[in-house]
Amino acid sequence: MNRRQITLITTFCAAILLIGVVVGGLTLGEERLSTNLDIRNASPSLEHPFGTDHLGRDMLTRTLKGLTVSIGVGVIAAAASAAIALVLGMLAATMGKAVDAAISWLIDLFLGVPHLVALILISFTLGGGLKGVVAGIALTHWPSLARIIRAEVMQLRSAEYVQISRRLGKSRWWVASRHILPHLFPQLLVGLVLLFPHAILHEASISFLGFGLSPHQPAIGIILSESMRYLTSGMWWLAFFPGISLLIIVRAFDTLGDNLRLLTDPHRAHQ
Amino acid sequence: MGLVPFILKKLLRMAALLIALCILSFWLVSYSPLDPVQAYVGADMTRVSSEQSEMIAEYWGLNKPPLERFLHWGSAVLHGDLGTSMIFRRPVAEVIGERFMASLALMSTAWLLSGVLGFALGAVAGMKQGTWADRLIKWYCFTLASTPAFWLGLLLVMVFAVWLGWFPVGLGVPAGKLADDVTLANRIYHLILPALTLSILGVANVALHTRQKLVDVLASDYILFARARGEKGLQLFWRHGLRNVALPAVTIQFASISELIGGTVLAEQVFSYPGLGQATVQAGLRSDVPLLLGIVIFSALLVFVGNLAADIIYRVVDPRIRKGESA
Repeated sequence: MNRRQITLITTFCAAILLIGVVVGGLTLGEERLSTNLDIRNASPSLEHPFGTDHLGRDMLTRTLKGLTVSIGVGVIAAAASAAIALVLGMLAATMGKAVDAAISWLIDLFLGVPHLVALILISFTLGGGLKGVVAGIALTHWPSLARIIRAEVMQLRSAEYVQISRRLGKSRWWVASRHILPHLFPQLLVGLVLLFPHAILHEASISFLGFGLSPHQPAIGIILSESMRYLTSGMWWLAFFPGISLLIIVRAFDTLGDNLRLLTDPHRAHQ
Repeated sequence: MGLVPFILKKLLRMAALLIALCILSFWLVSYSPLDPVQAYVGADMTRVSSEQSEMIAEYWGLNKPPLERFLHWGSAVLHGDLGTSMIFRRPVAEVIGERFMASLALMSTAWLLSGVLGFALGAVAGMKQGTWADRLIKWYCFTLASTPAFWLGLLLVMVFAVWLGWFPVGLGVPAGKLADDVTLANRIYHLILPALTLSILGVANVALHTRQKLVDVLASDYILFARARGEKGLQLFWRHGLRNVALPAVTIQFASISELIGGTVLAEQVFSYPGLGQATVQAGLRSDVPLLLGIVIFSALLVFVGNLAADIIYRVVDPRIRKGESA
């Protein structure tokens, strides 16, 4: 088996895992989340692989539902962020020096504040909740991708076919939409997938700190911040399983993004 | 460009960015739907009459239009006065200064430890490229990059504080002890677990960069020549590798201050460590606008200083750039 096949197989496994979690989170019934004081604080068993919490709710169900929420938030926020990056990156590269300087200044401004502090500020402005988290992540994660896209567009602009197209009198918009955008697509897709891990981790962090989703929603950050109260009582499963599930999901997205980059990179096609 | 004009230019840019940040963040918080008066009063809001809440608003200057408040706040900031924190009832600058000293101990320990450890791991992985050691270190770094900081903190608490009982569960000083009785040993004892959390996480970035840089260096012609002369292993690394990879590693480490601050916020929350990160969370949750603004600006200042330090070190240390200037 060559390296490309191995890459394909791991990509496939990561995708299956992510789809499985979302399907599981969406289809598992609410009845496993109902309060059942007979089985509260149960340690992991075959019936409840991740144990139960202080209300007797099944932790596996809560974790899966929480991960689904996280993936949803991550996808929306990362897509919005990638859209911002695409627009600003292309503007910076095509609209002349003044715009370029303004946008790179804007990038510096957004990179200057630590992500988490910026997230707290934005979520405070929007009064917390889901929209605060999504807006916060979308507004803080675009700069690095915008830089990559800008560099890519700069390179494409000097390509011969773009030059010829210009000389033939095609408009800027025509050149941008017919020549540059299609070339950017693989980069953008990879950048988008690689934004997911950051988006999901930051969603969990901000919920953990108490700025994100409401305590009634089954988010991983909420579950983990609840588990802090039971740490000293030795109920390790409350924190261990949800956290490691989050780690695996983030790692799966990371693998997916890296592999897509390898697969779309023409220099590696021979491997 | 000489070093001094370069620094001046950077400082000017930094000042412009900070001013823009002040305007932007003030504009953001002025749109918050959370009522600062209610946040200030807290649960007793039902017992406060509307006249009283108006008086509170007037006392804090909250009844004026945003632009006027901004000009008032902005001119005060220029004089070094960041206002008064609503939850601590003390000047913001004082709160930030005190909290920052606690966080500084934590951050600098983690920063140094993760830098040294990360560089060592990256160097080993680069020198042993393709072997099991390289693969193990790479796997470890990639996994760490996906690990939620607060979860790692929770795990360390569970293992070292609850099961083994080696370290305290949280707080910066022993509970119930008078401030005067707290010794340095007490503080260090409470610092170990949060610092360990941040160090373990901080390793990934610098290690992966060092590894990549070293792999690039080892593929160069002068390394081929050195190998042909019979140099290998530690000698090769010491003579040709270290010099080339140390500088990027230092730069990366300075540029990673932004992430370190984010990690500190989370670690301080997990360990109830009374530092700047915890103050940030409290300011946000309890709508302490002056403190929140102060911390945003202060953290941005830290990041800028870190980046500036990286730039200066690069220019001062790297002989290639230094020569390029004089030519």
